[in-house]
This record gives sequence, structure tokens and C-alpha cells, in this order.
Amino acid sequence: MTSKVLSSEELAEQIKERFKGKIKEVKIEKRAVGVKKKERETLWIKADKDILKDFVKYLMEIEFPHLAIISGNDLGKTIELVYHFSIYYGRKLREVSINLSVEVSKENPVIPTICDLIPGALITEREKQEMLGVKIEGIPDGRRIFLSDDFPEGVYPWRRDETGPDKMVRDLYEVKEE
Amino acid sequence: MKTCYSIPIGPVHPALKEPVMFEFEIDGERIVNVDFKVGHVHRGIEWLGMHHKNPLQILPIAERICGICNISHPFAFCIAVENAAGIDVPDRAQYIRTIIAELERIHSHILWAGVAAHEIGFDSVLYLTWRIRESVLDLMEYLTGNRITKATFTIGGVRRDITKDHYPKIRKTMDFYKESFDKLKHVFLDDKTVQLRTRDCGILTKEDAIKLCAVGPTTRASGVKKDVRVDQAYAAYGDLDIDYITPDILTGEVKGDVYDRIIVRLLEVKQSVEIIEQCLDNMPSGDIMAEPKVAKLLAILRKAVGEGIGRAEAPRGEVIHYVKLTGQETPYTWKVRAPTYNNLMPWIPMLKGEQIADIPIVAASTDPCLSCTNRVAIVRDGREQIVTHEYLHKLSVEKTRRLMR
Repeated sequence: MTSKVLSSEELAEQIKERFKGKIKEVKIEKRAVGVKKKERETLWIKADKDILKDFVKYLMEIEFPHLAIISGNDLGKTIELVYHFSIYYGRKLREVSINLSVEVSKENPVIPTICDLIPGALITEREKQEMLGVKIEGIPDGRRIFLSDDFPEGVYPWRRDETGPDKMVRDLYEVKEE
Repeated sequence: MKTCYSIPIGPVHPALKEPVMFEFEIDGERIVNVDFKVGHVHRGIEWLGMHHKNPLQILPIAERICGICNISHPFAFCIAVENAAGIDVPDRAQYIRTIIAELERIHSHILWAGVAAHEIGFDSVLYLTWRIRESVLDLMEYLTGNRITKATFTIGGVRRDITKDHYPKIRKTMDFYKESFDKLKHVFLDDKTVQLRTRDCGILTKEDAIKLCAVGPTTRASGVKKDVRVDQAYAAYGDLDIDYITPDILTGEVKGDVYDRIIVRLLEVKQSVEIIEQCLDNMPSGDIMAEPKVAKLLAILRKAVGEGIGRAEAPRGEVIHYVKLTGQETPYTWKVRAPTYNNLMPWIPMLKGEQIADIPIVAASTDPCLSCTNRVAIVRDGREQIVTHEYLHKLSVEKTRRLMR
């Protein structure tokens, strides 16, 4: 791929072209700050979960992306995972934040690992497993990371349904150590 | 095949904001493998924010995520909410935010320098550096009313102005740090023993730093140009003349060892002083808040729908907050990511192959304040021996003394 630094519009076009039919929405957010009104660019992409790995590979063709974190939302029927990447760091004021949002169903909340592409994703993937009850397929180390070993199985702190921690928080006296 | 010993270290370290449990596999003095466990003080802060607090109530909680980075978290949170709700921050507030954030960096980096000196057994240097650090704490008290938790940030601006009356004291303190810089540089970088303990120790290669998504001085010391302040425009940083600090600026080469991490932090103290001076010289006039009436601001936030991320460069690296607003009292989602989160994985390549006596300085070199490993248990032939932090510290000091001979 070209070594030219692409603007967020060009990136958006390229992504739409490359992942035709798999992209639900691309939003470009620009915020001008300071006296000089320099712009900060952010891309919000909603896409099919199948493209996750290919999307990371696409970013890697441009430049090795920085994965800040994966955040997650319980949307009722589905769980949304938002991968917060950034590329073009190391170039003054040219960094573009790319947020890729994919949804997995609650019946089958499985998403492939990206640790083979970005080894630094391990901790955040482990966190998503225990906090949201998502299954990361192929994760090199699937142990819990933040929750203690005696935290009950099947309770996912970030869920908003019956597997969430509401009952546990309300009836704390009922919680038994495993 | 030789048998390896397994040494668990942690999880309680009195001076640490995040207790971490290390498990080392040791062959003689060499570290063969490292595993760690975190989460001993997971307080469920995000859950509290998502279920019980409105964005303005979250601010004081965000400020208490970390005692040392108590500006960076509200900073990132404010940016995230402002992005999600479409609130524009007045220029003057952006400059005040920048000044306060840089003051935090000065105090944090000098604090770290003292801790690093203590780890290798130079307690006189610890006292010297922390004496120097006092001035910036005094200045923060003068500007915000508090030495540590500043309660200055609010959504859409800052709560306290910095006026012309404050300038003389700020400039005087900045002059003090310019004078102290040469002293600190001489103490840390010209000392032979410091070099013996930190050169070629705890190396993180550039490749590993990128792949493991390291942030802050840890990644910059490995030669990766990554600094949110330079990478993207936020607060007043887009207006300023700043550049990435990498160790080759001083030495002409990048090794990615502990010594390089000292260089980067010391140079960043100097850079922070320059940033504050630039901000004072170019401070725009105007309001300091987008919406000074709290009730009105809350009404705006209650109606807002959208999602936003806020990135800010804390002393330890990039902080990122993600906020999703759905037109309710509380945010639907609030996700916090502190820099140490990303700097956990790089510990593994750094520590592999080093000696037990190097654990404190290498672990501390990413600045998690992971220095007070207060309790160590050595498992030998299945029997557990408890070793105190004092013993581990003694090992480190003895190594320094040996090298000085």
C-alpha cells in the first residue's frame, strides 16, 4: 500500500471499498481545538464481525496499529465490542483514531482472537471474557485477569441482563465462596 | 534438566496504586519466565459510574482512580463526554488544562526519579529529588487549593482560572526547575554506578514495544514516537511547539533499557517547563467554562446521545476513556484504560534474563510505582519461605555496593 498519509475521508472510502457490503456505517468525527483550531480526527466504523481479522490485517498494511483497548456494551440482544485502534502515531497531529464496532449475539457470543496479529491485545481480551461473557476463540491465555478466582461463575459485571451483577450486589449475603 | 524455582512476588506493595502479583521462574539468579496477576484492587469504578452517577458525579470518582494521575483521568473523561455530547471547550480553559496537566507530569516524573534512586540504594538522591518536587506541589496548592487532588476539571472547561496575578509565582517555580534540571541530569546520568545498574538492563526492543502496545515514556525510551500530545490535537497541545522525546536526543542511540527510560523522563520534565511557559505567553482571554450553570449543564448531558473517546497523555502514557450516552441520567457505558494496563505485557520481555536483584528497578522503570514489593515468598522444593520486601531491597542495594567496589 502507499506510504502516503491518508486523511480520514480517504481512509473511510478505502475501508468502504475494501469491505464492501460488510460495513454498516462509517462516521467521521472531526474536532477543532485550541486557538489555531487544529483538527483531531476520529473514525467510527460499525461492521460485520466476520471482517475483524481482515480489518486488523488491513490496518497492518498501512502501519502497525496501536490497540488502546476494547470496550463493550450490552445492547440487549447483542453485545457490542468496540476496538479502539489508532494509526499514524509518530506523525505530528496526523494520528487517526479508528473505532471498530462489531456485534455478537448473546446466544453465541464468540469472536476470534487478534492476539496472533497484535500480541498486546491479550490483557484486554481476557478482560472482555470475564466482564462481558464473550468467548474469545483461540486466545493464548484464557485465565481471568481482574476478577478474583472466587468470583462466581456465570456472572458478568458489565452485562445488563440476568447474568449481570445486580442481584449479587443487592443480595451480597447470599454470595457463597466457591 | 535443571529445575527452576518459582518465586511469587506481591501482590501488596504499599506505595503502589495497582498491586500486582508476580510469579517468577528462576534458574539460579536468572529470571527464566514471568507471569503476573492483577486486579487485587479492582473497585468496580466503571460499574459504579455506569449505574449510579451522572457525568458530573463521575468526575470526582475519575479523579480518584489514581492518586498521581489525578488530572489525566478527569482530562480523558471530560474529552470523551465533550465529544459524545458535542460540547466545545473555551480556548482559555484548554490552556489552563494544559498547564495543570504539565504540572502533574513534573511532579510525577520527579517522584519516579526518587523511587528509582531508592530502588538501587541511593536514598540521599531520593531525598534530593523529593525536595525538588515539593516546589511544584506548593505551586499546585497555590493554583488549585490542593497539593494532590486538584478538582480543577469540569465538563466543558475548568473550575478555576489562572490569572495574571498567578504568573510571577508560576514563572519563579519554572525557573527553579530549569536550574534543578542540570543538577538532576548530573546526578542520574553522569553517575557511574547508576549507569552500571541501569545500562543494558531491562531492555524492551522497539519491535516489542509496538507489538505489545506499550505507551508513554516506556515506549518512547524504546524509540517509538508515540505521544498523544504530539500525535493529535487536544487541549492546547495543537498550538504548541513540541516534539517526541526519545533517548537518542541526548545520547544519539536508542537502547530501550532502564537508563533510556531515565533519560526520557528527565527530558520530559524540561519539556513540561517549556510547555507551561509557552502556555503563559500565549494564554487567550475569555471564558473558562462552556456552561457555568451546573443544572443547565446537567440538562444538556441528560439529553445527549452519542459516543466518544477521550485520549490524554498522562505522565505514564496514554489514558483513554470511552463514554456512551443514551439520553439518560447516567452514561450507558464508561470504560477507563490507564497506561499501566498496556505496560503490563512489556514487563515480560524486560524481566526475562535479568537477575533477582534487578526486579525492583526493572519493574519500577515502567513507573507503575511497583517498587515496594513488600512480601516475597520463595517456593523451594515445595516448601514456602517468606521473604520480606526489605530482603529484596537489600539484594538490590548489595548489588549496587558490589558494583561500586
